[in-house]
Amino acid sequence: MSTMTGKDKKFTEVAQNKENDTTINTSNKTVFETKDLNLWYGEDHALKDINLKIPENQVTAIIGPSGCGKSTFIKTLNRMVEMVPIVKVSGSIAYRDKRIFDPRYRVEELRTQVGMVFQKPNPFPKSIYDNIAYGPRIHGIKNKKVLDQIVEKSLRGAAIWDEVKDRLNENAYGLSGGQQQRICIARCLAIEPDVILMDEPTSALDPISTLKVEELVQELKKDYSIIIVTHNMQQAARISDKTAFFLNGEVVEFSDTNELFSNPEDKRTEDYITGRFG
Amino acid sequence: MDKNINVRDMIHKNKQSMNIGRVWEKMVPKVLLSIAIISILTTIGILATLTVETIAFFREVPILDFFTGTKLKPLGANAEFGVLPLLTGTILSTIIAMFVAIPVGLMTAVYLSEYASDKVRRTLKPLLEVLAGIPTIVYGFFAYTFVTPILRTFIPGLDPTNILSPGLVMGIMIIPMVASLSEDAMSSVPSEMRQGAFALGATRLETTWRVVIPASISGIIASFVLAISRAIGETMIVTIASGSSKNFTFDITQSMQTMTAYIVEVTGGEAPAGSTLYYSLYAVAMTLFVFTLIMNLLAQYISRRFREEY
Ligand SMILES: Nc1ncnc2c1ncn2[C@@H]1O[C@H](COP(=O)(O)OP(=O)(O)O)[C@@H](O)[C@H]1O
Ligand SMILES: [Mg+2]
Repeated sequence: MSTMTGKDKKFTEVAQNKENDTTINTSNKTVFETKDLNLWYGEDHALKDINLKIPENQVTAIIGPSGCGKSTFIKTLNRMVEMVPIVKVSGSIAYRDKRIFDPRYRVEELRTQVGMVFQKPNPFPKSIYDNIAYGPRIHGIKNKKVLDQIVEKSLRGAAIWDEVKDRLNENAYGLSGGQQQRICIARCLAIEPDVILMDEPTSALDPISTLKVEELVQELKKDYSIIIVTHNMQQAARISDKTAFFLNGEVVEFSDTNELFSNPEDKRTEDYITGRFG
Repeated sequence: MDKNINVRDMIHKNKQSMNIGRVWEKMVPKVLLSIAIISILTTIGILATLTVETIAFFREVPILDFFTGTKLKPLGANAEFGVLPLLTGTILSTIIAMFVAIPVGLMTAVYLSEYASDKVRRTLKPLLEVLAGIPTIVYGFFAYTFVTPILRTFIPGLDPTNILSPGLVMGIMIIPMVASLSEDAMSSVPSEMRQGAFALGATRLETTWRVVIPASISGIIASFVLAISRAIGETMIVTIASGSSKNFTFDITQSMQTMTAYIVEVTGGEAPAGSTLYYSLYAVAMTLFVFTLIMNLLAQYISRRFREEY
């Protein structure tokens, strides 16, 4: 792991300068709004002029071929992308009424509001219980009874309670990949975030586990705004309300999922969803 | 590319000239095995000698007297062979060393693995390894001529030779070992695990403390135990800086002798073969060996027992 403090400063400064002359109007129906967002890995221009409004309480899918910047985009939303030391960003991102690069807005606070589920299940090498309780604990919840309730509620929320309720003290690594991924979702739910980012959460799972996670996503959107990266177009069509099609770091098209799949405006979108490339 | 190169033919030709190579190939495991056997036999030989001579010692000095005796007076008419003064010397110096090496080593490891940039880590780690390569006699000299005088300005009652100063310096000597092994353990924790914590709003400190250290605790504890075993076996520093008083005391400002320093003293003093003094060497060496063996077994057990599965 490398430090992010040095880069951190440069990162926020670049973004800050832009923000001073950009006023952002966020309606309460939008959770994220990006304005002229650009991102570079060193010289590699990975995101180009991204302007998107992500709606509240809906599932927004990000689709596009490998390497087009999907992961980079959602990792920028919770500033996890800054873990890579060579990253530079310009433009601005508003999360509700907060500018996420504003130094007064702590990155830990952002990530408490904006949870993330990763491509490869990454539970901690701890018991199932401790995995779920980790988030609440670091945010100061110590009471055992309260934690018990949070653990049960989160595991139920992630549709895995019945499978693990008798083995809460076992190591999470004893579970199957699909179960581990739902543990990770439960871990994310335990601190009751506002937005959940999911980076190809089913790409490492078998079809049955995939189906379970997809159903779960449908269930979760009542309480959460979800942004899900997938390179599986059927999945995007099945579970999302809005879809953004990324290509070479640009947003080619962003509209209602039905619209985008049945009646794409851009030729490149059409080529992609009909399987002509990607 | 030369179109006339026929790889298949070339390989076929080479194959025929490789018969000698094949004989050699067959001999290699046998040669390696005999070399391995030599080193095993040497170890067994040393152990056998230790055991035989130790038994001879216990014929002259009852084993109970040896392990419970608080007086060590190997020379003169009424020689007494209680090992407790040496044991306290060894244990106290080890404890003092651990008070230095464990916290500093662990914090260094945390810094290197979790905070330092790649560049800083790439410079600091080799430096640490240089520190680990300094001969212990240099540390001994450093303890005696540098650390002790400084300590004496703070602690007026400190003897010119004492167990405190070599204990501290031994700790300094062991820092690189703890730091390096713990750093290896921590940096082998997959970065996905850290990301899982960061994504929940954990700070770097919370991530280190609640995820990385628990996930690598077996390696960290194993490094502590190896460090202890190193301190127990350390010889030169204590021989030089702690003198040779065979006091049975817990006062770390006084001169004490460790098991290792005793062995240095007695072997240097031409103990006549067959004398009790001569045999006592083996009994002390055996005790020392059992101590470090237990520590090494413990380290192995811990790293197996507490291995976090991921
Ligand atoms: N850590 C990194 N360092 C340098 N370049 C990166 C890094 N991560 C991604 N990239 C580059 O950024 C581009 C977008 O990658 P990514 O966001 O992972 O795409 P996707 O998730 O759509 O497959 C790719 O060209 C990739 O090579
Ligand atoms: Mg990706």
